[in-house]
Amino acid sequence: MPKPRFRARSLFLIAYLVFAMLPIYWMTMMSFKTNEDILSSFSLWPQHFTWANYHTILTDPSWYSGYINSMIYVAINMAISIVVALPAAYAFSRYSFLGDKHLFFWLLTNRMTPVAVFLLPFFQLYTTLGLMDTHIAVALAHLVFNVPLAVWILEGFMSGVPREIDETAYIDGYSFPHFFVRIFLPLIKAGVGVAAFFCFMFSWVELLLARTLTSVNAKPIAAVMTRTVSASGMDWAVLAAAGVLTIVPGAIVIWFVRHYIAKGFAMGRV
Amino acid sequence: MKTVNQKAWWLVLPVVICVAFSAVLPLMTVVNYSVQDIISPTRHVFVGTEWFAAVLRDEELHGALWRQLGFSFAVLAVEIPLGIALALAMPASGWKASAVLVVVALSLLIPWNVVGTIWQIYGRADIGLLGYALTQLGFNYNYTGKPLDAWLTVLVMDVWHWTPLVALLAYAGLRSIPDAYYQAARIDGASKLAVFRYIQLPKMRGVLMIAVLLRFMDSFMIYTEPFVLTGGGPGNSTTFLSQYLTQKAVGQFDVGPAAAFSLIYFLIILLLCFVLYNWMLRVGSGETEAPHA
Repeated sequence: MPKPRFRARSLFLIAYLVFAMLPIYWMTMMSFKTNEDILSSFSLWPQHFTWANYHTILTDPSWYSGYINSMIYVAINMAISIVVALPAAYAFSRYSFLGDKHLFFWLLTNRMTPVAVFLLPFFQLYTTLGLMDTHIAVALAHLVFNVPLAVWILEGFMSGVPREIDETAYIDGYSFPHFFVRIFLPLIKAGVGVAAFFCFMFSWVELLLARTLTSVNAKPIAAVMTRTVSASGMDWAVLAAAGVLTIVPGAIVIWFVRHYIAKGFAMGRV
Repeated sequence: MKTVNQKAWWLVLPVVICVAFSAVLPLMTVVNYSVQDIISPTRHVFVGTEWFAAVLRDEELHGALWRQLGFSFAVLAVEIPLGIALALAMPASGWKASAVLVVVALSLLIPWNVVGTIWQIYGRADIGLLGYALTQLGFNYNYTGKPLDAWLTVLVMDVWHWTPLVALLAYAGLRSIPDAYYQAARIDGASKLAVFRYIQLPKMRGVLMIAVLLRFMDSFMIYTEPFVLTGGGPGNSTTFLSQYLTQKAVGQFDVGPAAAFSLIYFLIILLLCFVLYNWMLRVGSGETEAPHA
């Protein structure tokens, strides 16, 4: 590979990484400052370094329960999304049936509905069902955008697996469930990982629905963070510390799926 | 050819039930509201298409729609090429690849209101790095006062936030290309550009389709980030469709018009996605057949 070209590429990459990291750096720095420090003057690093903001969050139940609530409904949502999407994606990738193309596009349309549209109906539906302020309510509501995406991603991965594998397994006398779990699932492991990552991501960062459907018991961290406005103005420092902590679970998840992404996937018949 | 098998419906059924529960039921409620005037919880009057007509004539809505279209177009025009370029520049393997992947993905995993909050401080001229740097460089930058600055800040924030999604998908697409393809290209003496155009781009078609559609849908529905950052202002320069809808539905509690607006909004996204989806399917299939022709 010619050298100068390589350098231009690295320069571009480094420039982007700096652009990507600066706002996060700024938030991290703020989380170690005091409020006076943040608001009084411009400084690149904390003048009075403090752990107090993290201490506030990790010792106050109204703060840390937000993280637990978020993780619970995200996990439920991920599990339901993947479990229902797997057979459907298999059906779309292997069989043609009455209305399959329409059904597939219809599923995608649910990903296109603005969440704002659903606020009021969801509120009424879950109040009627007595599901308000439960983890399951948020998990179910988030299915609207995660299930279609999971089906779409898994279908892409499954279409990359040759059909002959299914046929051979059936000839060898495997039943469908046995074949699916024992042979097929390991083949699309990467797809499950990637789909789970996307479900995690979109459910973890969503605020509007999660905030509308919860009040106390299942209140997500993103909603807890909106209440830091007090008489003395915004509590920027604690907010920044909470923001830093919201990145942690996601960073762990991406660390686990990085291999699947680095190994590559093309999605669909190539 | 796929086997025709009507029993496949059984496999799809769980998904249909789930989505029907969490999408069709709420959507029906919206349809129900859109044709009624709710005077009090017990008094509903059927008004037919009156709300739809009112919403379609709403000047403010037209403004929000054009701003939305301009914004979504700008988002796609910046993020898709930038994401592809980033994917091409990312290291292919080793610890560097892992580290870069994690760093690039970080911005995706921050809750949306936190994204807005970070940028709110980050852009301030007195205490934020971006605002301070721009002011020191001699720009009269002020995202809370000047409409253009506000719009650009929301755009840059979106680029920062979402380009990683395009990059991750494009990267995965690139990594799926077997080395043999590149070897063949080298033997043919193909230029970098030709390799990109005839090997990399067609192989990224599937993932790019997801990237383009997701970015289009999500930018069209953007709400939380501009809400936190600018609150739709100054004036209404960053009031996009979701913002306007929520103002109507929650702020003024005009349930009927808001529901009618919701449905029109949904139909606009549906139509645009349908066009985009079919266009990309066609462009792609032409691509794979071109070499044989």
